[in-house]
Amino acid sequence: MNLLKILDNLSNEDLLNTKSSRRGSISQFTNTSKNIALASIPFALAATSSKAKAATASMSAAAFQATPTEVLNFALTLEYLERNFYQIAMDTDGLIPEADRAVFGQILKHETSHVNFFAAALGENAIEEPTFDFTGAPGGLALDTFENYETFMALSQGFEDTGVRAFKGQAGALANDNDLLTFALQVHSVEARHASQVRRMRGQKGWVTGGTAMSNGIPSAFDAVYAGEANTVQGGVELAGLFGEFGGPQAVQEAFDEPLTMGEVLAIGGIFIVSEDSDN
Amino acid sequence: MKKPVIKVEVSSEAHSKTSNSRRQFLKIGSLAVVGSSLFLYGCSDDDDNAGPVTPPVDGVFDLGSGNLGILNYAYALEQLEAEFYTEVVAGAYYMGLADGSAEKTLLEDVWYHEVIHREFFKTAISAVAPDDILPDLEFDFSGVDFSSRDSVLATSLILEDTGVSAYNGAGKLIDVTAPMGDTYLLLAGKIVSVEARHASAFADLINPGTTAFARDGILVDLGGTGLSYDKATPPSDVLAAVGATGFVTTEFTANELPTE
Repeated sequence: MNLLKILDNLSNEDLLNTKSSRRGSISQFTNTSKNIALASIPFALAATSSKAKAATASMSAAAFQATPTEVLNFALTLEYLERNFYQIAMDTDGLIPEADRAVFGQILKHETSHVNFFAAALGENAIEEPTFDFTGAPGGLALDTFENYETFMALSQGFEDTGVRAFKGQAGALANDNDLLTFALQVHSVEARHASQVRRMRGQKGWVTGGTAMSNGIPSAFDAVYAGEANTVQGGVELAGLFGEFGGPQAVQEAFDEPLTMGEVLAIGGIFIVSEDSDN
Repeated sequence: MKKPVIKVEVSSEAHSKTSNSRRQFLKIGSLAVVGSSLFLYGCSDDDDNAGPVTPPVDGVFDLGSGNLGILNYAYALEQLEAEFYTEVVAGAYYMGLADGSAEKTLLEDVWYHEVIHREFFKTAISAVAPDDILPDLEFDFSGVDFSSRDSVLATSLILEDTGVSAYNGAGKLIDVTAPMGDTYLLLAGKIVSVEARHASAFADLINPGTTAFARDGILVDLGGTGLSYDKATPPSDVLAAVGATGFVTTEFTANELPTE
């Protein structure tokens, strides 16, 4: 991906306006182009999310490296998900208390920017926006996401922590393109800022605490969000026993965020993405 | 391309003088990013209490080139952070917080994390280049009032925000074709998001419930899409800003770091 091409795309106001004008239709869950979206992603969520999860669980980061275009579309998918999620929440009367609207308004602003950036960077290669269902029905859940602020907050934490892990997992795939790698890093750490804030608003630590959903204060249905976060081996060195006076293994786990593969992330996202097969 | 020449600290002679000498150094140091908050913070510090400094015995350490240089660069930043929080937890503000309070736990956690990062880099670099690892740096935090919540949190936030922009800027400088290169890049990613979590938390402690955690003033714009991206700052600018704080009293140079 050429930086000039990205900037050229970004300077195309029609394109940006086209992308952002979609916002109006978000809350109606209307989208007819999901097949295109999913076909553009290497690990298409062909069936249920549980199947996709099983298919990708054994996939190691080393075994697969996406092209930059695939990575950008992967990023765009996540940003679409987040933007939709926060837009609906901000538009839902009575969901977000007045005192918290500044925080979620800021997060929505960032996710909207990220959507516009990745869409513009991809130009005509950008996937169409998937159809989202934040009740989790595609994954067999029935969440009261936009009726219950606690549920919304828990999902927000899950999405932000997943976003951090998702971008981290693609660093290697972008390593040969300095511009793209840097852009991805600049988004990645903003997601981490969001995650820390939302976690702390929920009474959690700002950093990831252990490798299960429960240890991070969200329901175990979302264990995949934190799987692997209890790792204490870094750069081939087992650190767990070295810091007894500095918080021990728990602090070691917190001190390093862990990546997820594209497949692992899409399995999580698939819980909220309406696929052709599960669309009734 | 011209290599940046960075002196992270003035000579020991200059350092022993009053703050005037530092201001002079800052004026000379045209590499410094004037807009950097760390730089500005350093300028406002009163460092009259700076203690005597042992002059370098055997020349001045250079961070080195390639991935080793980047590792030593990260190690320098982690040394700075770890030592700062070590002083924080020995200070009156921290000691005065109620045991088990969220704020005390937060500060303790960050201290742990940064010590772990520092020791991790020490181990990692020692494993591959035992003769070329950055020595233990000396620090002077006399400009920070460790009894003051405002002073401690403001400095913490600057250090964490600087860490985020530094790792973001260093990512592309890691040579992934060299041995362990892909591991180093991933490790930088594993650490930078934790620094960002810290920065977010400190900003929110200072300005609770606002947009401070990911505020417009610390973020930059990409391609006209808005202030929604963290900075990615090159080592030369980060080191100039760090040098300007006066926190690091051990002189070292960064003449061979990759620049692209």
